[in-house]
Amino acid sequence: MSVEVVLPGVLADLAGGERRLQVEPAAPTVAGLLDALATRHPVLERRIRDEAGALRRFVNVYVDGDDVRFAAGLATAVPAGAVVQVLPSVAGG
Amino acid sequence: MADLLAIGTRKGLWLARSDDDRRSWTLDGPHLLAQEVAAVAVDVRGSAPRLLAGVQYGHWGPTVTWSDDLGASWSETDEGAIRFPADTGAALARVWQLRPDTAARPGVVWAGCEPHSLWRSEDGGRSFTLVRGLWDHPHRPDWAPGFGGGAVHTVLPHPTGERLVVAMSTGGVYVSEDGGGSWQPRNKGIGAVFLPEPAPEYGQCVHKVAVDAGDPDRLYAQNHFGVYRTDDAGGVWTSIAEGLPADFGFPVVASPTTPGTAWVVPLVADAQRVPPDGRLRVHRTRDAGATWTELGAGLPDATWTAVLRDAVCVDEADPTGVHVGTRDGCVYSSRDEGETFTLVADHLPDVLCVRAARLP
Repeated sequence: MSVEVVLPGVLADLAGGERRLQVEPAAPTVAGLLDALATRHPVLERRIRDEAGALRRFVNVYVDGDDVRFAAGLATAVPAGAVVQVLPSVAGG
Repeated sequence: MADLLAIGTRKGLWLARSDDDRRSWTLDGPHLLAQEVAAVAVDVRGSAPRLLAGVQYGHWGPTVTWSDDLGASWSETDEGAIRFPADTGAALARVWQLRPDTAARPGVVWAGCEPHSLWRSEDGGRSFTLVRGLWDHPHRPDWAPGFGGGAVHTVLPHPTGERLVVAMSTGGVYVSEDGGGSWQPRNKGIGAVFLPEPAPEYGQCVHKVAVDAGDPDRLYAQNHFGVYRTDDAGGVWTSIAEGLPADFGFPVVASPTTPGTAWVVPLVADAQRVPPDGRLRVHRTRDAGATWTELGAGLPDATWTAVLRDAVCVDEADPTGVHVGTRDGCVYSSRDEGETFTLVADHLPDVLCVRAARLP
């Protein structure tokens, strides 16, 4: 199965200049999706998830519009055809 | 021959270059725009100077990146230079210090990081290995974060031997005599105003430590209140704060060539953390802290900024230069041991660190 990953412009360079990627998750979860991303674009994956496997504090991930932090976190299911969007949070200064 | 001054700020890196023995500077930047550069190093041991930067990519996490072309391009490894091993359950929060070792240990670079950890690279800073001797220290659960986070922020390799000195906030000074395998706290005599008396064996908030040019056993410490010296590698510390207008501050640097010579930048504290009377000045000792002289022609009056722990450095030119960066984005450079300063840059983001090097 394949899902679409939508990246903010600031991360596109780490995905070969693409903001929309078709990715085959290693397992049907956000974690499985990031595992697959780590194989293809390891630096990109490190920007989203730290080495302990946690979503970075100021990075938000949405599966079909729903924030995974309010679902099952990285265990949130990613169905075939889902759109998974990565966005920086409102934090900054 | 040129002099390079690397300026790490909260929003990027600037490089100042002087081709006239530090009389005037040309500013180049920003590099790494929008990235916090809390640690920078200029490694001149190899065939070409290497810039190393400890960056925080905004929302996207910390790492170490390097440039072998003076900032024109930057590289990082796929895996990330610093990755906590899986069994630690930890994740890198910030790179606080990057310190190339001596010329006798080419390729070795040390990193001090948050959470409290020390890392060693043998490939010039491309990849680092966690120093387990410190990470596994039984005291580590007691090392609490200061306001800025809990980190090893100072790493001082011995000029010839296997000794390593680190300082952390909080935690204090720890010393290894075997290259990092085992560690002992060495804080006797250093106060901890935020803890009940008597001062503990460890847990102090030592802001910075510097090594004397003439004796690697002689160290200077700027503490969270208190300026100290030890003559036996931390066995006992004694106060050398008398004569300073305030004993709080963040940086301390020592001359690389002249024994007994060091500089501090006092701040009124605790809550204010501004220069005494709003006058930014450095204070220099030439007698290992017995007396201090206020210096700073060219430094501003009526200023209410602060100087952070890595925002002062010395260079290895003759006479020694002293370079000072401020939280209000100014950088001042002295080519005469702090007697007079000229403005190198202003209106930058908060200056977090400065490092100078003479380029071949």
